[in-house]
Amino acid sequence: MSSELVFCIGLALLILAVAGFTIGVKEDFAAVVGFVVYGLLLSLAWMSLSSPDVALTEAAVGGGVTGALLLGACARLRTREKPAEGHRPGWINRGAALVLCAGISAGLAGVVLLLPDPAPTLAPPAREHLLATGLGNAVTAVLMAYRALDTLLEKVVLLLALVAVWSLAPDRFWGGRPAFGYRPEPGGPLIFLTRVLVPVGVVAGIYLFWVGADAPGGAFAGGAILAAMAILGFISGLSVVPAVNGFRLRFVLVAGVTVFIVAGLAGFAWASGFLAYPVGFAKPIILLIELAMIFSIGATLALLVAGPPGRSLKP
Amino acid sequence: MRLALDIFTIVAVSSGAFFFLAGTVGLLRFPDTLTRLHALTKADNLGLGLIMLGLLPHVAWPFVALKLVAVWVLALVASASASQLIARKVRGRRGS
Repeated sequence: MSSELVFCIGLALLILAVAGFTIGVKEDFAAVVGFVVYGLLLSLAWMSLSSPDVALTEAAVGGGVTGALLLGACARLRTREKPAEGHRPGWINRGAALVLCAGISAGLAGVVLLLPDPAPTLAPPAREHLLATGLGNAVTAVLMAYRALDTLLEKVVLLLALVAVWSLAPDRFWGGRPAFGYRPEPGGPLIFLTRVLVPVGVVAGIYLFWVGADAPGGAFAGGAILAAMAILGFISGLSVVPAVNGFRLRFVLVAGVTVFIVAGLAGFAWASGFLAYPVGFAKPIILLIELAMIFSIGATLALLVAGPPGRSLKP
Repeated sequence: MRLALDIFTIVAVSSGAFFFLAGTVGLLRFPDTLTRLHALTKADNLGLGLIMLGLLPHVAWPFVALKLVAVWVLALVASASASQLIARKVRGRRGS
C-alpha cells in the first residue's frame, strides 16, 4: 500500500468520524466547532484530489463564513430560547429521516461507484478553449466565461439571502445598524489582532482575486477573506457596522451584480449575445467584473454574519 | 549537499510532528483550561515552525519560501491572540 493511499484512507476515516461527532454531539457550540473542522478536513481532501480551487472555496466558505454564521445563530438562540429539553421527535419522524438519509447516501455511493472508467469529463475541451479567454486557470474560465450565467445568478442569490436576513428586522430598527460587535477592553488582544491582521488580510484577499486569472484563487475566496477582515473590525469595535440604508453600503452591495449585468448586456453590442466577450478582450472584462464582485461578495458575506438591523440610527 | 538538505528536512519535520504530538497529549491530559492552552500554543507553534523550516529547502526561492514563513507568522499571531482571549475569559469567570 502506497503512503498516499494510507494518507487518503486515514483522511476519509477522520472526515467520517468528525461528521459523526458533529451530528451526534448534544451541545450546539460543539456541533459548530465540529462542522468547522469538518470543512477544513474536506478542503484537505480536495487538495489531495488536486483541486486547489475547490479546496480554497471549501476552506473559506465551509470552514470560515458558514462557521461564523452558525456561531452567530448559536449565540442568538442561547439568549432567546431555552433548549428544547426532553423534546424528542417521535419514532415515525426519526425512522423517516433515517430512511431518507440512508437512501440519499446509497444513491450517491451508487452513482460514484457505477461511474464508467474513465469517467466522462469536460476538462479537455475546457482547457482547449482557454487560449480564447486569455486566462490561465481553467476553473476561472468555467466560472467567468463558459458558465458565466451561473456565476451571475449565484451572486444574485447571495444578495437575496442578505435581503431575507434584513427582512427579519423589527420595524422600529429598520434602516439602523445591525446589533453586532462587542466592547473589548482597550489595548486587549482582539484589538492587537485586528490591527496586525486586517492589513495583511486585505492584501491577501485582493491578491487571491488577482492571481485567480492564472492560478487557484478567484473572487469568491478573496471576497470571503475580505469579509473575515470586516467581521474582525466589527467584533473588535474598531470599525462600526454600517447602517443598512446607507447609500454607500447599498452601492458596494450591488456593484458586482450591476457590473456583471452591464457587461453581459454589452455582449449584444460587442459580441454575439448575453455575456459574450469580444475576441481578445475577454480577460480585461472578466477581471473588471471580478474586481467589482470581490467587494460586493465581501460586503454581503460580512453583513450576512452581522445579521438584521437591531439598533436604531439614533442611540 | 542534496543529501544534507534531505536529512535536515527529515529531522526538522519529524521533530515538528513530535511537538504536535506532545501538544495534543497535553491538550488531552492537562487538568484545566489555562494549562491546556499553554501546552497547545507553545508546542504547536514550535511544531509548525519546525515543519515550515524543514520544508524551506525544497520550495522555490524567494516567493514560495516567504509565503511559508508568512503562514507561520500569521498562525503565531492568530493563536497567541485567540489563547489570550480564552485565558482572559477564563480568568474573568474565575475572579467573579
